[in-house]
Amino acid sequence: MEALKKYLRKPMGVVGAVMLFLIVFVAVFAPWLAPYDPNVRVEVEPDDILAPPDAEYLLGRDDAGKDVLSQLIYGARVSLIVGFTASFMSMFIGTTVGLVAGYFGGRIGTLLMRVVDFLMVIPDLPLMLVIIAVMGRGLWNIILVIGLLGWTYTARLVRSQVLSIKERQFVLRARSLGASSARIILRHVFPQVMPLVIAQAVLDISVAILAESSLAFLGLGDPTLISWGMMLNFAFERALSRQAWWFLLPPGFAIVWVSLALVLIGNTLDEIVNPRLRTHHLFDPRRMVALVAGAPRVETPAEE
Amino acid sequence: METQPILEVSDLHKHFPLARGVWGTLTRMPCRTVRAVDGVSFCVEQREILALVGESGSGKTTVGMNVLGLQQPTQGHVCFDGVDVAEWVHGRGVSVESNAQLSGVSRRRRVMILRERAQMIFQDPYESLNPRQKIFDIVAEPLEIHRLTASREEKAERVRLALETCGLAPADHFWSRFPAELSGGQRQRVAIAGALVLEPRLLVADEPVSMLDVSIRAEILNLLHTLRRERGITILYTTHDLATAGFFTDRMAVMYLGRIVELGPTAAVLSEPRHPYTRALISVIPAPNPRRRRKRQILQGEIPNAIDIPPGCRFHPRCPMAVEACRVSDPPLREVAPGHRVACHLA
Repeated sequence: MEALKKYLRKPMGVVGAVMLFLIVFVAVFAPWLAPYDPNVRVEVEPDDILAPPDAEYLLGRDDAGKDVLSQLIYGARVSLIVGFTASFMSMFIGTTVGLVAGYFGGRIGTLLMRVVDFLMVIPDLPLMLVIIAVMGRGLWNIILVIGLLGWTYTARLVRSQVLSIKERQFVLRARSLGASSARIILRHVFPQVMPLVIAQAVLDISVAILAESSLAFLGLGDPTLISWGMMLNFAFERALSRQAWWFLLPPGFAIVWVSLALVLIGNTLDEIVNPRLRTHHLFDPRRMVALVAGAPRVETPAEE
Repeated sequence: METQPILEVSDLHKHFPLARGVWGTLTRMPCRTVRAVDGVSFCVEQREILALVGESGSGKTTVGMNVLGLQQPTQGHVCFDGVDVAEWVHGRGVSVESNAQLSGVSRRRRVMILRERAQMIFQDPYESLNPRQKIFDIVAEPLEIHRLTASREEKAERVRLALETCGLAPADHFWSRFPAELSGGQRQRVAIAGALVLEPRLLVADEPVSMLDVSIRAEILNLLHTLRRERGITILYTTHDLATAGFFTDRMAVMYLGRIVELGPTAAVLSEPRHPYTRALISVIPAPNPRRRRKRQILQGEIPNAIDIPPGCRFHPRCPMAVEACRVSDPPLREVAPGHRVACHLA
């Protein structure tokens, strides 16, 4: 409750939450909101191809004569499914690896962190391109690739926190009571890192959505589903030369919208829970001004 | 059983090696060590309260950790209930297997028996309670770990009893709260309740009142005293404050730089201190009557670090009475009166 109040006091966080809520609402109710079903083939006249926006087709039509708005609405589903599932996967793997590496340390910890370092230095996008090209362009393959490559930062974050938490006295107390390692990790260490993990997971969703869009834009999206990245891909190839901006801009803006929303939420959560970003209550700039204005100026003594 | 001391610490050493760094490792520099505890021996009888007194850095907390087997001694032994603790925490070894009560059970169970019999209270009640657990869960956790209660009602009853014994009554007024909602004294009571709920035989109280307000201290110490009287718990009480130690302990061991310098009945140590260090400590206890101020004896300098321990008597650089012999030879702990032992050439 305390945390919720703190969150609601941050305008950026509220804006982000509203933006995300809108997108989730659109994705959930897509069949009712979309004026046309984008999966149905339409018979087209030559004039319908890349027709500009009008009253019937609010965002115009694409090169197959389909409604852009409906595709945009259905595309939200793919983005959100990929984003949430992949980030949940990386959260789970990253937290587990971080907890184990941080708590047990020693050889296991070193080994796990070398794996993390290894994955961290490989550029993600080229690796994803190669894996998708080999494994095939299914939705699940895309989710797996993004989820299995995106957990390294979470693991590092969790490990660094665990290293300090495990030295705290309540962990020693649990040990002196005879608690098993599993119990200490789950009951005493994990609850302390959970807020940080959630803040990081929200940021990861936007990274995952961007990764999916990049893959789709490069032609490696799931061919059976409409996603924003894929729309960009088609628009880039076919609509740009005809100045059909209504096909290119909306998916671009949608991607920006949803990642901006998630970054706003994630940064706000991070600000609330991350001990490194938290400042003392006296550091509030308004109070600082009051203090400085009221206080006599202190002269720095001359150097001896 | 009554004749045997419940806790026997003999020649306990605990050294922590310092990291040498890359250059040190390459040049094979000798590994320097912090000698936190450097040859400590004492016994604690059943139902006795022994105070370990010393400045910070004198090694008293390290002794407590070794007594509970939370650290492994570098040298020497800690025997609790006649079993070597260093072997007990691993559940195997000669002293464990020859013990009648322990030989027939599994290794894990042996360790659990140790954890059940000996408990620790930590110095800082703001740190030793998990801030995300409710009071009930904190006190009930030992019961869950040791699977001691069959039903939820029984568990609640034991938690209630423990909390109310420690002066947190009515218990249900407190147990759904988080530690942050309680005061320092209340938290320390919760910590004690969490240690008592297992009905231990030995309680290591590591500076349990040093973080608390003076007004709360007496209450907590009275509580510990009552526990000894009513339940026969043996208490090893570490503190830097001679006044609180004199308040309720039976015997007192004064530690300096990882060694015991004076050990004896509390009344004897306080009324007739033999070691100059003990005298200095006693002279700075605040006296309630300002007219009867004693001459204070302020020690010069800091406690030396435990890496470069001075040769000879380790107290001589700060000792107001040091003579030539103190610089050369290390005084052994010898008996000066029945049960009163001092490590000083001049005593």
